[in-house]
Amino acid sequence: MKLHEYQARDLLARYGIPVTGGGVASTPAEARAIAESIGGRVVVKAQVFVGGRGKAGGVKLADTPEQAEQVAAQILGMDIKGLTVEKVLVAEAITYQKEIYLSAILDRASKRVVMIASAEGGVEIEEVARTNPEAIVKLPAHPELGLQDFQARELAFGIGLRDGKQARQFAQIATALYKVFVETDASLAEINPLVIREDGTLLALDSKILLDDSALFRHPDLEQLRDPSDEPEAERQAREAGITFIKLDGSIGCMVNGAGLAMATMDVVKLYGGEPANFLDIGGGAGKEKVKAALQIILADPNVKAVMFNIFGGITRVDEVARGIIAALDEVQTDVPMVARLTGTNEEEGRRLLAASRLIPAATLAEAAEKAVAAAQAR
Amino acid sequence: MSILIDRNTRLLVQGITGKEGEFHTRAMLAYGTSVVAGVVPGRGGQTAIDGKVPVFNTVKEAVRETGANCAVIYVPAPFAPDAIREAAAAGIPLVVCITEGIPALDMVATYAFVQECGARLIGPNCPGLLTPGASKVGIIPGNIATPGPVGVVSKSGTLTYEAVDALTRIGLGQSTIVGIGGDPIIGTSFIDVLELFQGDAQTEAIVLIGEIGGDAEIQAADYIKAHVTKPVVSFIAGQTAPEGKRMGHAGAIISGGEGTAQEKIRALEAVGVRVARLPTDIAQLVKESLG
Repeated sequence: MKLHEYQARDLLARYGIPVTGGGVASTPAEARAIAESIGGRVVVKAQVFVGGRGKAGGVKLADTPEQAEQVAAQILGMDIKGLTVEKVLVAEAITYQKEIYLSAILDRASKRVVMIASAEGGVEIEEVARTNPEAIVKLPAHPELGLQDFQARELAFGIGLRDGKQARQFAQIATALYKVFVETDASLAEINPLVIREDGTLLALDSKILLDDSALFRHPDLEQLRDPSDEPEAERQAREAGITFIKLDGSIGCMVNGAGLAMATMDVVKLYGGEPANFLDIGGGAGKEKVKAALQIILADPNVKAVMFNIFGGITRVDEVARGIIAALDEVQTDVPMVARLTGTNEEEGRRLLAASRLIPAATLAEAAEKAVAAAQAR
Repeated sequence: MSILIDRNTRLLVQGITGKEGEFHTRAMLAYGTSVVAGVVPGRGGQTAIDGKVPVFNTVKEAVRETGANCAVIYVPAPFAPDAIREAAAAGIPLVVCITEGIPALDMVATYAFVQECGARLIGPNCPGLLTPGASKVGIIPGNIATPGPVGVVSKSGTLTYEAVDALTRIGLGQSTIVGIGGDPIIGTSFIDVLELFQGDAQTEAIVLIGEIGGDAEIQAADYIKAHVTKPVVSFIAGQTAPEGKRMGHAGAIISGGEGTAQEKIRALEAVGVRVARLPTDIAQLVKESLG
């Protein structure tokens, strides 16, 4: 789960990390009121889950409250890479001498939480890693003891901070960020840029926090930060039905059991000249109700011109899935063509059941993709 | 020969009385696996699976009484890390965790603990292992596999079954099938399993099934170049996945251009691995590799 910039900022503030003040507005009038309370120059930032919002015109400066109202009116409702801006963050415009970078990530290779600091901030860390790797310092935290004070100092001096007081503040921020990461079960906590102000003190100007979905069960307070308007309706329905669903832009709806197979199915659709409309994993042992919910979610997408079922019966019995599909089709009215490729345990019985239905049978994954693409193109 | 599990595997099931645990224990017993013990705190002294398996309160006690040398875990995610640690602390050398949805941070400390105990962890969020004709630990369907020369290692479940099924249909059996799991922090990597297959006399060819996210496949490519002389065939899922979205597996997320399928395919092909375009083509490529 992603947090909005303002939500991440509030979390950092709670752990004592210096952040910009200001507030969140969903109307231009609110933006004006916040700008008035700040006084002076403000920055108005779109709160959307996409990178490159600045380039898209989603971040603007305003010298007066009137101007803040005007730019908020421009940004609110704006479409940035398919997402509508519902909220803006209005904060004091900060002047600074330098941008640096600090993050905590979960590193798969070392299987530890790794702190990353860079003398270069304000750009993506992947970019710095390519162009100026010497600017970056990485340190793994101990799996039980956590990030040590000496490590936080090593990060500070490692990126070239020389002033003792400044390095101390950096180390405090690094320790606090590590704490945020661990206590919220994050998979990424990033401050970019962390700026050195004119007076030499540090401030987190922008931040990004990604939370581990698997750990949300023990963070009901963070779960509440989920903003319903940020989650597409179909993805919410799927989440509630225990289905993993991600909408894509193509025309072939896919229903598959297993995440790896679901990804492979999308790949095969593409290989045969089609574009998948979604990633959908119904999970193991899915019965009628789940199949039905999945089918409804797929068909709610007006771009879907054909549906492809790819079920590998291992533990899941193919005949049971076939019954689920037939039952679901009785209740979901549609004339969208559907191709079914069901194989594995009890496949003969599954095929026999489906022979009487309107589903187009396919013996192999390739054949199913070919038939689904052809059916979609015919419409 | 085979790797990790064989006829001498004496299996202990943690969470044997849960819905999943009971269902899959029946399937493992039916396959011929020696399931010697179950562990359910508070139910020690009872039996499970129609009286076939004695139940103990602790793993330590079960190991002492039955000589179990492998543990498989079906307990729910909030309790699974503790179950892993209990098995490792009791001296079990091979711990297989099927459970999905364990918080990744819990696995950081748990992995370090398992290492300290000198145990090997497979998973979490994996389908387990199968040595056809000898032993099944986990949830891989036994009916699709048959003994033979191909070692299979994969991050995925059903995609692996697809590949194994195709191998069996083409007449190529498997030495051992290992599902290492799709989570960001897993106990056993591709490289660990490649090393075992390279050293296994029965294994003549290796199938490696990867997916987007992380760089385990790229590290595997480096390892293959330096250490693996047996032919390797691969498939990488997620070639069409969009950036930044979690594709079901918590590990399957591409961010900032790292971990794309294309990068991985390039790295593997560069070291002589044949990469299938369709998962069902894997079998044909293996057949060609074995001549």
